Amino acid sequence: MSAPTVEAAVPLVTAAEEKVAAATQLQLTWWRFRKHKLALASGVVIILFYLGALLADFLAVTNPHTTEAARSYIPPQAIHWFDEDGSFKPHVYALKGRRDMRTFKLVYAPDPADKRYLTLFAEGYSYTLLGVFETNRHLLGLDRDKPEDALFLLGTDQLGRDLWSRLMLATRTSLTIGLIGVTLSLFLGVLLGGLSGLYGGVVDTVIQRVIEILRSIPTIPLWMGLAAALPNTWSVTEVYIAITVIISLIGWTELARVVRGRFLALREEDFVTAAELAGASRLRIIFRHMVPSFLSHIIAAISLALPAMIISETTLSFLGLGLRPPAISWGVLLQDAQNIQALGIAPWLLIVAVPVIIVILAFNFLGDGLRDAADPYG
Amino acid sequence: MVTYILQRLALALLTVWAISVVSFVIIQLPPGDFVDTYITNLSASGSAVRAEEAQALRQQYGLDQPIWVQYWKWIVRVVRGDFGMSMEWGRPVIEVIGDRLWLTIVISIAAIIVTWGIALPIGIYSAVRQYSIADYIFTFVGFVGLAVPNFLLALIIMYFGFKLFDLNIGGLFSAEYQLAPWSWGKVWDLLKHLPLPAFILALAGTAQLIRIMRANLLDELRRPYVTTARARGLAEWRVITKYPVRAALNPFASTIGYLLPFVVSGSIVVSLVLSLPTVGPLLLRSLIAQDMFLAGTIVLLLGVLTVIGTFISDLILMWIDPRIRAGMHG
Repeated sequence: MSAPTVEAAVPLVTAAEEKVAAATQLQLTWWRFRKHKLALASGVVIILFYLGALLADFLAVTNPHTTEAARSYIPPQAIHWFDEDGSFKPHVYALKGRRDMRTFKLVYAPDPADKRYLTLFAEGYSYTLLGVFETNRHLLGLDRDKPEDALFLLGTDQLGRDLWSRLMLATRTSLTIGLIGVTLSLFLGVLLGGLSGLYGGVVDTVIQRVIEILRSIPTIPLWMGLAAALPNTWSVTEVYIAITVIISLIGWTELARVVRGRFLALREEDFVTAAELAGASRLRIIFRHMVPSFLSHIIAAISLALPAMIISETTLSFLGLGLRPPAISWGVLLQDAQNIQALGIAPWLLIVAVPVIIVILAFNFLGDGLRDAADPYG
Repeated sequence: MVTYILQRLALALLTVWAISVVSFVIIQLPPGDFVDTYITNLSASGSAVRAEEAQALRQQYGLDQPIWVQYWKWIVRVVRGDFGMSMEWGRPVIEVIGDRLWLTIVISIAAIIVTWGIALPIGIYSAVRQYSIADYIFTFVGFVGLAVPNFLLALIIMYFGFKLFDLNIGGLFSAEYQLAPWSWGKVWDLLKHLPLPAFILALAGTAQLIRIMRANLLDELRRPYVTTARARGLAEWRVITKYPVRAALNPFASTIGYLLPFVVSGSIVVSLVLSLPTVGPLLLRSLIAQDMFLAGTIVLLLGVLTVIGTFISDLILMWIDPRIRAGMHG
């Protein structure tokens, strides 16, 4: 008699469990992902980098294309945060040119007596912000803007161009080439992987063999051969597009493998059979029922494919076969640091390696976290 | 078992064919045919080529025929060992490549051995001491290795070697052996120079391998037979090395299939930074000079050697893993 009341007193499902049971796939994935602190932090880092890429010109200080032979290889200027009286007034020492009487070269050295104060939203070269606003405001600049004054946060390269400003624009190029390349790879991967998983049989065999063949060829010699064939007369944009296509033509295999694997696994699932029996069309089954359940896997695969794309572009440009100056990318910048002579004179050129490593690491951690979270039921 | 070998062989042949097509495409890609380049080169050095001579050359190489005929003629010559002439060097391509190809192979194999040498013990340690501090440190170092493109690693190591120890770490031979004919002294000299480039190349591949080893071993360690072995009083290191490690090794060996193309690719770029006498610098130079027979041949030979390497690793895998021999993993 008393049994029903006892059952009513002890609920079978706790509130927390009910929340989990009612959550959508996306929510579950997010909850799982949130636990992976390193991946979460990496996600934030990547967002910041892409924001930086979006505002590259705003963050730049001087025009990254302006060359001045006399300012070749100036070391990074140190920022002094406080004035002598202890007040917070960030400044750098002005650079004073002096002729070295032994080599007759003009040598720039900081002059502690002559201070240049930093200001926010300083005026500089004009550019179009976000492709809309014509402006000449930059995040940082010098107070007294005489043409001979310049702020070299990371020093200059051989042609006297500001490395910091060049790094900002390089980040934009390298990060977007990764994005566009991944989009292309994703298209190829989803199309071919999907066909492979969906139809099976001969189609599957052929596509799988093509993937195996592509994966067993060393990619760099292949890329080099293809990239070297791009005509010298092509514009920066044309080369940019061609390099992206070359990289993604070979990079799609991993994405195709993931998509195919998911398709094969899901084809056997009861809910797909149920949808089929209920008379849903093939397209509806794919996009309404199958894609949402492996979307997170694809996102994880993308975030692991992106760093590979970025490394590919950087490597090709580093070899001088990818983007060519006047285009600016990480690889193009690192090309200047290629030999030990240049590094001996200007070790700061190697600073470019720092954002490359940070972004690639962050993408790898993010991808790892996403891959774990992609299967929230596991 | 025979079916398995035949399957892998067929795939290898198909891959070689695909590589040959790609190499041919690379040779054909630059505008104009190679007779044009030849003529330009000759007239640059002062001697002129008459029109009928050019025509004769074109006919000799079949350049007036459709593209597939040209491909066929080229591939027939390649199979006979005639890779054509290098425009830039004025010598047969195979002579120009010379020792460089073997040195590329030596470096790649050394890199794979180092990769295994690093990944195997660390993988075992990380699995046995899961979530220990060392496990986290190794995972992190592995990730850094994965994230730093190996040409960057080479640059950074070279810079610090120069800065801190005043060492010039480039090259594979000391000055006195650079041009010397092969001798035991030269081989020993090569062995002394090999570890650094091998290590740089290896680091990128270790992260993934450590993770595979760790995951496989963790799966094996949870099996009941491990508990049984422990319950029977076997020493812990013997429990681990005798059975689970061996079982976890199988997928480890199969990774050579992806590791080899990866390492060969990497060796090209690292060789450029460290100026190693492999085919890497030669390939870059020939591509820039549009010396297409040389470039195409290097791409072809690298690809074919990688395929042969992968095929051999398939055979080794079959020898290690009885399940493949039984046809379970065809």
